[in-house]
Amino acid sequence: MKKSKGMGGLKPSLTYISRYRLLIAGTLLLAVIGTASMLWVPIIIGDTIDLLIGEGSVALSAVLTELCKAAVIFCIGGIAMWGMSLINNRITYQVVRDIRRDAFEKIQHLPISYLDSHPHGDIVSRIIADVDQFSEGLLMGFTQLFTGVLTILATLVFMFVIHPLIAAVVVVLTPLSLFIANFIAGKTYRFFRDQSTIRGEQTDYINEMVENIKTVKAFSNEEKVIGKFKEINGRLQISSLKAIFFSSLTNPTTRFVNSVVYAAVAGFGAIAVIGGGLTAGGLSVFLSYANQYTKPFNEISGVLAEFQNALACAERIFEFLAAEQEQPDPADAGVLREVSGRLSVENVSFSYSPDRRLLENFSLEVASGQKIAIVGPTGCGKTTFINLLMRFYDVNGGAILIDGRDIRSITRQSLRLSYGMVLQETWLKQGTIRENLKLGRPDATDADMIEAAKKTYCHGFISRLEKGYDTVISESGGNLSNGQKQLLCIARAMISDPHFLIVDKATA
Amino acid sequence: MKKLLKYMRGYRRECILGPLLKLAEASLELIVPYVIMNIINIGILNGDKAYIIGRMLLLVGMGLAGLLFSVAAQYFSARAAVGFSSKVRAALFAHIMHLGYPEIDRMGKSTFITRLTSDLNQVQAGVNLTLRLFLRSPFIVFGAMICAFTIDLQAALVFVVAIPVLAAVVFAIMLSTIPLYKKVQQKLDRILSKTRENLSGVRMLRALCKESEEIDDFAEKNQDLSRAQRFVGKLSALMNPLAYVLINAAIIVLIYVGALKVQHGVLTQAAVIALYNYMSQILVELIKLANLIITITKAVACGNRVEAVLESDASLLPSRLPPEIKGTHTVELRRVSFRYEGGGDNALTDISLTADDGETVGIIGGTGSGKTTLINLICRFYEATEGEVLIDGRPVASYDFAELRGKIGIVPQGAALFGGTVRSNLLFGREDATDDEIWEALERAQAADFVREKPGMLDFEIEQGGKNLSGGQRQRLTVARALIRNPGILILDDSSSALDYATDLALRRAVRQLPGRPVIFIVSQRASSLRGSDRIVVLDEGRAVGIGTHEQLYESCVVYREICDSQSRIR
Repeated sequence: MKKSKGMGGLKPSLTYISRYRLLIAGTLLLAVIGTASMLWVPIIIGDTIDLLIGEGSVALSAVLTELCKAAVIFCIGGIAMWGMSLINNRITYQVVRDIRRDAFEKIQHLPISYLDSHPHGDIVSRIIADVDQFSEGLLMGFTQLFTGVLTILATLVFMFVIHPLIAAVVVVLTPLSLFIANFIAGKTYRFFRDQSTIRGEQTDYINEMVENIKTVKAFSNEEKVIGKFKEINGRLQISSLKAIFFSSLTNPTTRFVNSVVYAAVAGFGAIAVIGGGLTAGGLSVFLSYANQYTKPFNEISGVLAEFQNALACAERIFEFLAAEQEQPDPADAGVLREVSGRLSVENVSFSYSPDRRLLENFSLEVASGQKIAIVGPTGCGKTTFINLLMRFYDVNGGAILIDGRDIRSITRQSLRLSYGMVLQETWLKQGTIRENLKLGRPDATDADMIEAAKKTYCHGFISRLEKGYDTVISESGGNLSNGQKQLLCIARAMISDPHFLIVDKATA
Repeated sequence: MKKLLKYMRGYRRECILGPLLKLAEASLELIVPYVIMNIINIGILNGDKAYIIGRMLLLVGMGLAGLLFSVAAQYFSARAAVGFSSKVRAALFAHIMHLGYPEIDRMGKSTFITRLTSDLNQVQAGVNLTLRLFLRSPFIVFGAMICAFTIDLQAALVFVVAIPVLAAVVFAIMLSTIPLYKKVQQKLDRILSKTRENLSGVRMLRALCKESEEIDDFAEKNQDLSRAQRFVGKLSALMNPLAYVLINAAIIVLIYVGALKVQHGVLTQAAVIALYNYMSQILVELIKLANLIITITKAVACGNRVEAVLESDASLLPSRLPPEIKGTHTVELRRVSFRYEGGGDNALTDISLTADDGETVGIIGGTGSGKTTLINLICRFYEATEGEVLIDGRPVASYDFAELRGKIGIVPQGAALFGGTVRSNLLFGREDATDDEIWEALERAQAADFVREKPGMLDFEIEQGGKNLSGGQRQRLTVARALIRNPGILILDDSSSALDYATDLALRRAVRQLPGRPVIFIVSQRASSLRGSDRIVVLDEGRAVGIGTHEQLYESCVVYREICDSQSRIR
C-alpha cells in the first residue's frame, strides 16, 4: 500500500491502454449486461417463489415461464461474464507485452552510463515484477471497481424499488462493514510492514551466509551463525503471527457484519411481510442480495489499495521508459571500412562525475601492429580508457581518432565492430559454446572457430566436454571454471578478427 | 512431507482446536436457512412479531458466536502454521550449515536459499489454510446437502447431482490450468534471464552490435509468453461463468421441483426458500475448496523439497577423539588422490608432501591444476579419495571439525567479507580477540594503514561482500581475519592477487615472522610471490610435477621454468 505521491504513472499508461479502447468499451458494456442479469435473476426467482402459495394453488405454467425467463437471463449473464474475462485477458497481456517489448528495446538504447549507475536488479524488477503488478492492479482493478460500483448501485435501486424501508436498513448497516475492514487493513498494514522488514533481514542473512558457507565452515563458525539466524527467526515468528492473525480477521468480521445485515433483513422483512408491504418471494430476493451486497464493498477497498500500488509500479516503469537515450549517430556519420590501425588519443579529459577527476590531457599514438600495455593501480582509469575507446562513454575534452577521423564522427556500429574486446569480467551468453564463440562473427566456419579455440588453448578442454562445442553454458556459466570462461572470451574476440584487440586484465 | 510433521509436535492443541472451531462456525452457518424457514413458516404465518424479533436476535447471536469461534480458530491456525514453519526453518538452516562441501556442491547454494525462503513460505501458507478450511469447506458443501435431505428427499437429489457436476467443472478447469501456469512461469523466467543477461553483458553486446538481434529475440520470447498467458487465461476465464450458470440451472430445477411439491402440499413456500438458500451457499465453498487443494498440493511439493534437504546426510563426519595439545605443527600428505563427485578425471593424483613448523610451502600451477583442491583436502572440506592427510601426525578424519579448523587459518580464494564492521569481521576469525590483537593482525596483514583512514576505524561499516572496499583492501582484511586466529597452519589461497608487488612482499615478510611459527601454505599464480618459500609444489593437471626450492625447480622443472619465464617476460 505504497502511497504514490503523484499520478505520474497514469498518463503514460493511458497511452498504452488507449490502443485497446474498443476492447475496453466492449468490456464495460459486457460488465453492465453481466451485472444487470446477475441482479435480475434473484428477482425472477423471488417472483416465482411468490407463485408457490400453497397446496393446489400453484400456477405451474406461470412458474415454468418465469423459470425459463430466468434461465435465458442467467445464460446471457454467464456469456457476458465470460466475454468480459476474455477481453480483459487480451487487454492485460497485450499491454504487458507492449510495455516489456518497449522496455527491452529501451535497454539497448540507453547510454552505458545509465546502466552503470542503476542497479540491474532494480531494472529487472521494473520490467518483470512491476509490469505484472501494474497490469493486474490497473486493469483487473479497473474492471472490478467498475462492476463493484455498478453492483452496489443497481442493488440499491432494486432494493428501494422492492421495499424502501428495508433497503434503508441495509444502507445504514453496510458502511459498518466497510469501516471495520478499513480499520483492520490499517492495523494489519503495520504488521505486514514489520513482517516484510524482518523477512528482508532474514533473507539477506540467508543469502550472505549461504553464499559464504564455505568461509563459515572454514572458520568453524557454524554455531555462531546458526545462533544469529535463530534470533532473527524468532523475531520473524512473532511478527508473522501478528500479521497473519490480524489480516485473517477481515473475513470473519465482515462475515459477522454480513450476518447482522442478514438478520436485520430477515427480521424487518418478515415483519413487513406480515404488514403486507412485501411478499415472501420479495423477502427471498432481499436475503439473496443481503448475502452478496457487502462483497463488492470489500472488493472495492482491496481494489483501491491495489490500484494505488499499480500506479506506483507504473510510475517506476515509465520513469525507466522515459530515461534519456543515447545520442544517436549524427546523420553524416561515416562508416569505418578500411582501417590502417592508426589510433591517436589527443589531450583527452574524462571523468564520471565533475567532482572526481580521472583522465586529464591524456595523449597517445598507436601505430598498426603495436601492442600497448596500460598499467597502474586500481582506480587509475584503465577500464575507463576502454570505455572511451569503445564509445561506451564520450570524452569530456580532447578527441580520439582512428586513421585521423574523430571516432564521434563514425557510426558506433562500425567503430565497435573494428575492435575485439575481452573484459575483466567474463560474460558468456546462455547458449552453446559454438554460439558464444561465433557471436562476433556468425558466418565464421567451424574451422575458423576451432583454429581460434586452439590458439587460445580452449580446444583442449572443449573437446573433453561431453558435448564438445555444443555444450550449453548455463546462465552463470556454472559448468566452466573462471579461467576457462576467460579463455572462451578471448577466443570469441579472436574469431571476429578485429582491427584492434582490447584485453582488460584477462589473464589475472 | 511426512517427516516434517514432527516439527508440528508442540502445536497439537492448535491443530485440533483450530479446525474444530471452524467446524463450529460452519455449523452455525448451516442453521441460518433453517431459522429463516421458521421465521416464514411460524412467524409470518401466525403474524407473530415477537417470535420474529426473537429469531432475528438469535441470528445476530449466532453471527457473534460464529465470529468468536472463527477468530479463535484463525489465531490457533496462524500460531501453528507460523510456529511450525519457524521451527522447520531453524532446523533447515542449522542442517545446511552442517553440510559438507560435497553436498554444497551437489545441491547448490541457490537451492538452499529457495528452500529456506519461498518454499518454506509456501509451506506455511499451506498449513495455515489447511487448518482453517480443510474441514470447513467440505462440511458446508455436504452439510448443505444433508440439510436439504432433512427438508425433502427428492429436492435433495438435485443437490446430489449438482454438487459432483459443479465439483467436476471447478476441479477440471483448475487442475488443467496448473501445468499451463507452470509453463507460463518458465516462459516468464526465460524473459527474465534474457533481460538480466542483456544488462550484465551490455558492453559485450554493444561491442558486437547485437542490439537489434537481441531485440528481435526478446520480442519472440515475449510474444511466446503472451500467447501462453492468453491461452491459460482463456481456460480459467471459463470457470466463473460456467459455475454461475450451473448453479443457477440447479436452482431452477430445484424451484421447479419445489413448485410441484408445493402444489401437492408436500412442501411449504418457506421450505423452498430454505432449499434455495442452501444451494446458494455451495458455490463459494466449492471454489474455496478447489483453491485450497491447489495450495495444499503446492505446499506439499515445497515441503517435500525441504524435507529432501533436511534428510540429506553430511558425507563427512567428524570424529570425537580427545584433543591433544602439541607445541609444533606438521602437515603431511601421503600419496593423496582426489576425484570430485561426478567429475570424470582425478583432480589430484598421488601427491605426497610434508611441511613442518615454520616452513613455507608455495603451490603454483595453471588454472584447474588442482591448487585449491589440495588446500581443500588439508582442511578436510573434502575427503581424499585415496591416500591420507595427516595434521600434527593424526589423520584429519580423526579430528572434530572445530578442533581441526581451529588449527587452521585460511584465506580462501575470492575473499569474502561479511556485512558489519571491520571489528565484527575480524572477530569472525576469533570471537574473544581484543582490540589490541585486532590491530596487531591488521598491522601484519598490511591493513592497519587504510583502516586507520576509514571513518570510525574498527567500527567502519563494511557492506555485504565488502563491496565498499577495493579488491586489495578486501584481501588484506581476510588475511587479517585468518591471522587473528594465531593458527598453527596458515593457508593463503591466491590472497594477494589484487595487491601490488610491494605490499605483497611486505605481507609475506610479516607473515613469515609470525610468533607462532605456523606452517604456511601460499597458493599463487605469480612465481614471484613464492620465491622465498622453503619449498614450492608445482601442479600440472593434478600431478605434482616438481617439488623443491625456486632454484632447484628452475633448473629441473620445465613447467615451473615456463611459468617463471612467461611472467618475467611480461614485466
